Amino acid sequence: MTITEEEKSIIEEFSIYEDWMDKYAYLIELGNELPDIDDKHKISENLIRGCQSRVWLTADYHDGKIFFEGDSDAIIVKGLVALMLRVLSGHTPQEIIDTDLSFIDEIGLKQHLSPTRSNGLMAMVKQMKLYAVAYRKLAEEGRIS
Amino acid sequence: MFNIEAIRKDFPVLDLQVYGKPLVYLDNAATTQRPNQVSALIADLYQSGSGNIHRGAHFLADRCTMLFEQTRDTVKEFINAESREEIIFTKGTTESINLVAFSFGERFINPGDEIILSEMEHHSNIVPWQLMCNRKGAVLKKLPFDENGVLEIDLLESLITEKTKIISVAHVSNVLGTVNPVKEIIRIAHRHQVKVLVDGAQAIQHLPVDVQDLDCDFYAFSGHKIYGPTGVGVLYGKKILLDEIPPYQGGGEMIDSVSFNGTTFNVLPYKFEAGTPNIIGVIGLGEAIRYVSSLGLENIGEHEHQLLGYLTQELKKFGGIKIYGEAPNKASVVAFRHEKVHPYDMGMLLDKLGVAVRTGRHCTDPLHERFGIDGTVRASLAVYNNIEDIDLFIKAMNRVVSMF
Repeated sequence: MTITEEEKSIIEEFSIYEDWMDKYAYLIELGNELPDIDDKHKISENLIRGCQSRVWLTADYHDGKIFFEGDSDAIIVKGLVALMLRVLSGHTPQEIIDTDLSFIDEIGLKQHLSPTRSNGLMAMVKQMKLYAVAYRKLAEEGRIS
Repeated sequence: MFNIEAIRKDFPVLDLQVYGKPLVYLDNAATTQRPNQVSALIADLYQSGSGNIHRGAHFLADRCTMLFEQTRDTVKEFINAESREEIIFTKGTTESINLVAFSFGERFINPGDEIILSEMEHHSNIVPWQLMCNRKGAVLKKLPFDENGVLEIDLLESLITEKTKIISVAHVSNVLGTVNPVKEIIRIAHRHQVKVLVDGAQAIQHLPVDVQDLDCDFYAFSGHKIYGPTGVGVLYGKKILLDEIPPYQGGGEMIDSVSFNGTTFNVLPYKFEAGTPNIIGVIGLGEAIRYVSSLGLENIGEHEHQLLGYLTQELKKFGGIKIYGEAPNKASVVAFRHEKVHPYDMGMLLDKLGVAVRTGRHCTDPLHERFGIDGTVRASLAVYNNIEDIDLFIKAMNRVVSMF
């Protein structure tokens, strides 16, 4: 699935929820389903600090694509991390750089990506894009494949 | 008589519906709502016109100057300062503390000198001192608190040395709710010629403050936590100290005469009020203080204590809850964690059920480190909260916890 297709399918999944609490119950479900990352990856180099919750992110590059893993100590944030991974993981650096993640706005959860929310999520998205820029550069220089 | 229904009518925001639910506002330690009396006065001043204070030669300037300076008298009486020159208007508690850390530091702090803070301080009462210590080569020392959130005051005397110059401590903790024994701290400090600043941001709205009775050297508080506007605060300082320390910022109003060879400074309190102040904010703060005074801080405190007792009891009955801060003498703030629900998740979901609380570390990293936790949920009460608010809050908590 392309990034746009994945975003569309998430928007569709969320469209059945009219009530805020149902929407959040689904996010909790997504958070619970996302496997915890290995404790050995929960190190400060992978930690994205927010004032409200912590997010961990790792990135791996092979076959021209970036594969992310993520986790959070707050389950709603972890559910949002799961959505980000679904959309961005397994794509080329250029595809990741080009996307604007507008689906978050469409499913009514944009407030979680606000700079004032300080839950680590916005910083995580920024970090994912930085990984993409870095891997693209390394790939261009022929240092990774 | 204390009529909670009449009080609630003064705060129209309490009728607000959020996400289709009635608002239950329990984030009063962050900021309080404003009564009609305050917002009407502010709106009236903006609509009917204002002038700049102290220097205008016309009607509007005179009117604003009079109202502005009347507020200084209102504040003086409210905290029982000895003179009106001891009341400095700032933009909030943070600026008040920064002013003292800078100006007191410039005058009195030398390399190797020591400043004592408590371990429960808000970042606003830590960072200004760190900045000053970095500049002056001084050292910060901390007064710890125990498991219940009570300051270990027995240790204070052993922390004080001949190098100690000032102690800065919260009157009430913004997380634990502890009412600290500031009068005793001041008594001990003064025995060693050490000055004391009291951060009253979380006290001024809950209990009567008498700066002469406390004998504090400085007292700081904010307007927006006592039903007044944001962007305005107060620094009280003893006249003898304010006279001795240099200005904090330069600009208009704070000068006597200026030439390129040098400047002489204005007298107190203007020496510390550089630039055009938040004139209408200050006047609004005066109205907020009149509102609080008309209800009576003893009555407010009694009402809030009853609610605090009920809230604490209901949280304990709830199960799976750990409350942080169980001092015998507490103001109406409760910080807690649920064993299964992360504070951020709790806050997010409560919000969607109409309940406003604060989550996270509440600008008190050292306090949270002391407990070995990365955050709490904080419910804080004000004069307009009632039993129904707490019942709705507990009901919402039940709904949230059932989702985990």
